Amino acid sequence: MTTRNRVLHWAILGLGYAFLYVPILSLVVYSFNDSNLVTVWGGFSLRWYRALFDDATLLRAAWLSLKIAFFTATAAVVIGTWAGFVVARMGRFRGFSLYVAMVSAPLVVPEVVLGIAMLLLFVEMGSLIGWPTGRGAFTIWVGHVMFCMAYVVVIVQSRVRDLDRSLEEAAMDLGAPPLRVFFSIILPQLAPALVAGWLLAFTLSLDDVVIAAFLSGPGSTTLPLEIFSRVRLGLKPEVNALAAILIGLVAVGMGIAHWLQWRRESARP
Amino acid sequence: MRLMIRRLKPEARTLAIVPPYAWLILFFLLPFLLVVKISFSDMEFGIPPYGSLLSFEDEMVQISLHLRGYILLFTDNLYVATYLSSLKMAAVTTLCCILIGYPMAYCIARSNPRYRSLLLLGVILPFWTSLLLRVYAWIGILRNEGLLNQALMWLGVIDSPLEIYRTDVAVYIGLVYTYLPFFILPLYAHLVKMDLRLLEAAYDLGAKPWRAFLSITLPLSRSGVIAGAMLVFIPTVGEFVIPELLGGANTLMIGRLMWTEFFSNTDWPMAAAVTCVMVLLLLVPLALFQFNQVRQLEERR
Repeated sequence: MTTRNRVLHWAILGLGYAFLYVPILSLVVYSFNDSNLVTVWGGFSLRWYRALFDDATLLRAAWLSLKIAFFTATAAVVIGTWAGFVVARMGRFRGFSLYVAMVSAPLVVPEVVLGIAMLLLFVEMGSLIGWPTGRGAFTIWVGHVMFCMAYVVVIVQSRVRDLDRSLEEAAMDLGAPPLRVFFSIILPQLAPALVAGWLLAFTLSLDDVVIAAFLSGPGSTTLPLEIFSRVRLGLKPEVNALAAILIGLVAVGMGIAHWLQWRRESARP
Repeated sequence: MRLMIRRLKPEARTLAIVPPYAWLILFFLLPFLLVVKISFSDMEFGIPPYGSLLSFEDEMVQISLHLRGYILLFTDNLYVATYLSSLKMAAVTTLCCILIGYPMAYCIARSNPRYRSLLLLGVILPFWTSLLLRVYAWIGILRNEGLLNQALMWLGVIDSPLEIYRTDVAVYIGLVYTYLPFFILPLYAHLVKMDLRLLEAAYDLGAKPWRAFLSITLPLSRSGVIAGAMLVFIPTVGEFVIPELLGGANTLMIGRLMWTEFFSNTDWPMAAAVTCVMVLLLLVPLALFQFNQVRQLEERR
């Protein structure tokens, strides 16, 4: 690379990353602001963190969201792995195009569309078979599994394609039945993809406003719904504190994941 | 592969395919058909707030399709303007993502492999932090007394604060910011796999860098650009959270309109009709995205 190119290269990356990170950093910095006016600096303080932990409504919503996200991620990994394995390994069965379309559409279809569609399904089911009787954590869970599953499928199917077939073939030559091959040969090799898929589904579920708004009922206000109803009217300093905590957790988690991967790669001969 | 299929008896293979297929039909296809059905029903007061299409009277089964929602959609200027405005905003957002994202993906893919995974992590990280909170951060930056105006006034570029918050410009910034990683990631995956010897061959034959880029790198990254552009364009058309938090009262977007019909007016049939027309508008980009997905799956096979 010539010097001019190198300057251009780093200028593009510098500006691009500044655009991505300035908003995130500003949230963290202003979460330590003592002033009531969110954009005026009034000195360092932890008062918004204290306010956050005294806020029973917000804590209750956070606990509900964590529970929903945990069960969503678990179910999405189970169904998504199955669905992704079918995409990668079952060849072109009848209806393959429709299957691929249905499995990847939630990645792009606007959330308002998914939200109203799932809601109408539950309403019609409720009037036809009397179940589910109302909307709440359960309906939010099903809706979240539906759209998080698509992300798991993307991750799992690309990993399945990269697997070394010779291990499976050896197991089958030794007489292992297909299910045994799946659970003792394929699944352990997919472990990193499953962890990544679980974490992604967990994050997506924890962050969703729109689908939850359609599928929630009285008493099932999730954390994003609570935050959304507060910040709709402007800035709320306690939300900055919450954001800083969540960003910190993500940064630490990603840092550890990256470090583990880096260590594994450098341990390889 | 063949061995696996031979071992799996046909019934076992069907057994593996049917459950996820059934799940998708129940929770994805069927709900869409219900949206279409309810868009043709009549608004009623009650629970659920819409009437049934079928009625049995005088030994006759009557199907009544109410077109109220659709007629209103195509005659009321507000709806037409909202659709056009959403498409325009999505197109501009996609264009901005291409203009910012392509150089970034290119620079990351051509970086020293030692920093490359760290740079990639930098693009993925915002994707893992809450979208809602990242959009919220822009409120603090774009407000009249926000960070951007303070910085510009301190630098002496402007004398009075710029009105950005609660305008379309703020929505554009929020949309580009949110969807940029969705464009960079698929494009990066294509650029990093590219065989660099092709470029060397072009240079050896005397091609200028610009020419080599246009006739080698750009065509080879085409399906990455398509995948990324569709991942930006399609969800942007129906976006709700970003225009609601950053836009003004006259920022027209379908997602917001549909939300108002549904939650404020409790007009479910109208909301369903708005949704159906939105999906119809997105059919071409959706088909393009799906075609691209299936082709990529087959290329890798």
